[in-house]
Amino acid sequence: MKIKRRDFLKGAAGCGVLAAVGQPANAEAKKKERLPGALGFLYDSTLCIGCQACMVGCKKANEMPVESSDLLPIWENPRDLSAKTLNVIKKFESGTGTNKDQETDGFAFVKRQCMHCVDPGCVSACPVSAMRKNPDTGVVTYNKDACIGCRYCQIACPFNIPKFQWDSAFPQIVKCQLCSHLLPKGEIPACCSSCPTGATVFGPTSELMAEAQRRQQMEPGKYYDYPVSSLDSGKNFSQKAASYVPQIYGENEVGGTQVLMLAGVPFSKLGLPELPEKSYASTAETIQHTIYKGMIAPIVVLAGLYYFVNRSQKDKD
Amino acid sequence: MRCRESGFDKIPGGVSRRDFLKVCTATAVYMGLPASFGPKIAAAATTAKKRPPVIWLSGQECTGCTETLLRATHPTVEHLILDLIALDYSETLNTGAGHQAEEYRAKSIEENKGKFILVVEGSIPVKDGGIYCKVAGKPVLEILKETAPKAAAVVAIGSCAAWGGVPSAGPNPTGATPAYKILEGTGIPVINIPGCPPNGYNFLSTVLYYVTFKKLPELDEKLRPKFAYGRLLHENCERRPHFDAGRFAEQFGDEGHRMGYCLYKLGCKGPETFNNCSTLRFNDMGTWPVNTGHPCFGCSEEGVGFNIPLHTPAEVKNITPSAVQTPITVDHGGGGSTGAVALAAGVAGAAIGAGIVALKKIDQTEKKQD
Repeated sequence: MKIKRRDFLKGAAGCGVLAAVGQPANAEAKKKERLPGALGFLYDSTLCIGCQACMVGCKKANEMPVESSDLLPIWENPRDLSAKTLNVIKKFESGTGTNKDQETDGFAFVKRQCMHCVDPGCVSACPVSAMRKNPDTGVVTYNKDACIGCRYCQIACPFNIPKFQWDSAFPQIVKCQLCSHLLPKGEIPACCSSCPTGATVFGPTSELMAEAQRRQQMEPGKYYDYPVSSLDSGKNFSQKAASYVPQIYGENEVGGTQVLMLAGVPFSKLGLPELPEKSYASTAETIQHTIYKGMIAPIVVLAGLYYFVNRSQKDKD
Repeated sequence: MRCRESGFDKIPGGVSRRDFLKVCTATAVYMGLPASFGPKIAAAATTAKKRPPVIWLSGQECTGCTETLLRATHPTVEHLILDLIALDYSETLNTGAGHQAEEYRAKSIEENKGKFILVVEGSIPVKDGGIYCKVAGKPVLEILKETAPKAAAVVAIGSCAAWGGVPSAGPNPTGATPAYKILEGTGIPVINIPGCPPNGYNFLSTVLYYVTFKKLPELDEKLRPKFAYGRLLHENCERRPHFDAGRFAEQFGDEGHRMGYCLYKLGCKGPETFNNCSTLRFNDMGTWPVNTGHPCFGCSEEGVGFNIPLHTPAEVKNITPSAVQTPITVDHGGGGSTGAVALAAGVAGAAIGAGIVALKKIDQTEKKQD
């Protein structure tokens, strides 16, 4: 059986047309809203002193190994998120690097970990539901027993968060799961409980959003009370308000995230990507769900293929 | 006020009431007890019908442990150690000598059976029946085995008694053995106070704890009291900020050394030594090796002091982040090596070539068919 090049191209074009025609306009996935019980934390870069206590707390709580990247392996100092590090504090520096939260001649810290998206790309991309979004808390969790190691989640994540254990014989994906093992015990994520200044505070995302908006309204230079550890901890820390950039990172990025961030320098300087309001997952799902809706398009494509194959068979005969 | 209430009319001569209470309060604080335990300790030390008798045995040692205890002047602890406890036998401090001293030891042991504290200073040689260290013609090994079952508790003072110390360093010609190993399985409580020498207050605090509460302080798995040996030196070292920031003295007398930078690179064993030198310090004047500019050599830590060369960098326990944060963007990997790039290029070239050949073949077959 031989297919002529011309016939093959014809067939391919035909299939494409059929697929395009078969796309109903109203199939676009609805924008996902934050779950009412969504949990997360608010990271305020202006309060962060770069002590890395959250990194130590995270390692302890999640029993992660030490990662030393220096020639002198005496410190725990991961260069970036990795299969051994779920949470990292990074430093932006410019010019003389002397003024905190200033874009020129200044410095600022940023905490990087899973953002726990409202509509996570990793969950959408995972073919075996190893990545799941908790239906109550919205925390994005990973199930190593379901994982097949395809690493689609790594490609799907707009924040480059999931990491793969390349050096393991039975590798797993590693990412922050908001200390899901501590939450049922009534404890809060280790990075929040270990933060001494309240730069990372745990709470329901809706309340965190209100807190972030409150901080945006603050008058720079005046003293305000900032909650420490969690919004309902009752512990407060009085601090001079910094001048925030007028953006709550995570409010709208890729459909919103449950982790919210505030900073005194533009987020692009802190290595956080500028992202569309629409989640990549919803775009991809719209295409996917449209193609397979009612299985009409696949059947039509199959029928077309069958027709061409059959015809070329006849030609040969 | 407290002094009057407690009624310390029996305070030993030469020590003022205030000084005596000060010492008792200080020992309470060293042990992590509230300062209010000071008067309690003082009461226990003075109101007991009989001062707790102490028999001090010496094995293979340098007497440094006794010396450091005598040098404590907080105030004049030599008075306290002699009067607070009844030091019935100590080869260094005995007034009597020879048979007289030995007789007194035997008498005290018989009289205070099950009540006295046995202090062991120095390691015990076990090779060839322990003949390498004898007192009054008797191997110390035998003396210890005879005496320990009659004691209330055994305190092994110094690294030699606690884990072997200098005499046990390779090739250990005398078979130097720590006290707890000799008494293993006998059920006799042993407390180790390692150090070369240990801080006198660690010893004093342990003894006073026992006298006050009639039980041993909480011990770790190496039988050391946790109040003194629960933390790494490194965790409370005054040079710690320099370690975190990566500022090190590279050699003795260099710029960093004079600036008081961290001594890790000079071989400081602080990151692997559990002791309280960095907080308690020595000689009642706040001194300890590290603040004189010399790295800790881990004298109190088994397998470190006298085992690892002085200037070999320590194995850091409890690794924590440095004070320097990672930058926002980090280069991952260093790009492909020349060999890897050449191989990849070769493979790609071969694939392109094969593709061209295959296409030509398809073209030819099609032409034939047409």
